[in-house]
Amino acid sequence: MAKRAAPEVNAGSMADIAFLLLIFFLVTTTMEKDSGINRKLPPMEDSDEDVVIKQKNIFTVLINNKDQILVEDELMEIKDIRQAAVEFLDNGGGTDNDGNKCDYCHGAKNPSSSDHPDKAIISLKNERMTSYGTYISVQNELVAAYNVLRDKRALQLFNLSFGEMQKNAKDVNWVGNKERLKEQISQIKKEYPQKLSEVQ
Amino acid sequence: MSKFKKKKDGGLPAINTASLPDIVFMLLFFFMVATVMRDNALMIENSLPSASEVEKLEKKNLVMYIYMGKPSSGYKSKYGTEARIQLNDKFAQVSEVGAFIASERATKREEEIPFLTTSLKVDKKANMGLVGDVKQELRKVNALKINYASIKGDVSRN
Repeated sequence: MAKRAAPEVNAGSMADIAFLLLIFFLVTTTMEKDSGINRKLPPMEDSDEDVVIKQKNIFTVLINNKDQILVEDELMEIKDIRQAAVEFLDNGGGTDNDGNKCDYCHGAKNPSSSDHPDKAIISLKNERMTSYGTYISVQNELVAAYNVLRDKRALQLFNLSFGEMQKNAKDVNWVGNKERLKEQISQIKKEYPQKLSEVQ
Repeated sequence: MSKFKKKKDGGLPAINTASLPDIVFMLLFFFMVATVMRDNALMIENSLPSASEVEKLEKKNLVMYIYMGKPSSGYKSKYGTEARIQLNDKFAQVSEVGAFIASERATKREEEIPFLTTSLKVDKKANMGLVGDVKQELRKVNALKINYASIKGDVSRN
């Protein structure tokens, strides 16, 4: 008897099946990447010793129950916070703990405002009914104030903005001396340390 | 008889679709690989605030998520309209946050624990009282690296 060849499987509907699966995965895919504002909480300490910080070195921001923003006991709009914080941080009216003057500050050198960026602390307070959206807006403006100063300093020293430096440090394709770049980043971070405290 | 016969006009030739499945399969595999399935169903309203100074969270396996917000419409009758905490797939009390962090830590290798970040995914209409309580709990269990999840955008939309 003649051997018959196995009949060929009809693959015409293969595309349809693949399309079906494709559409399923298209619909279920979420490509979002998580992003947000990084913060570090202060560790729990039960020591009773109080560190004495001069009032002029603290920049108090309070958001009350009605989402009004009080900066140093004065009502302020969100858009003005950044400038106020920059002026406070960059004031450089005095010396740091080692007695060094801030030679890179461009501030007004007002003796009644902060002494040195190293000493300047921003204290962010909120009340229980403060809305989270407003809180994040204010946080964002305060972080932006630090970034403005760091950008300015980085442009002055290394002719590159701080944001770009950080981007380069993360970029694997970036050609250049990574070790030096990291040193430069930490130098700028040291000159304008982010001292932002969230008080309950 | 003419040598140059007029060509038969058969209309447009059919396009060969034999390689169509290959193309579709290629796309399919791309999406299959790129897909991250949602691991927990949200039972709360969760529209994140916008901020311009956001940083990306790098290592996804080193992130713990705490959701906060008002219960979504299906759960309103049962859980009320006040903002609540959601851990994994269920509503939780503030006191359960510490245990949640401990159980998350138990699933990670020991050397990874210092790098764990807690991502707070909080609805922008939630109040800070609840967030403050959670922050306090996190301090108690020494989970100090936190991230306020927000979308890149302008703060005026908050």
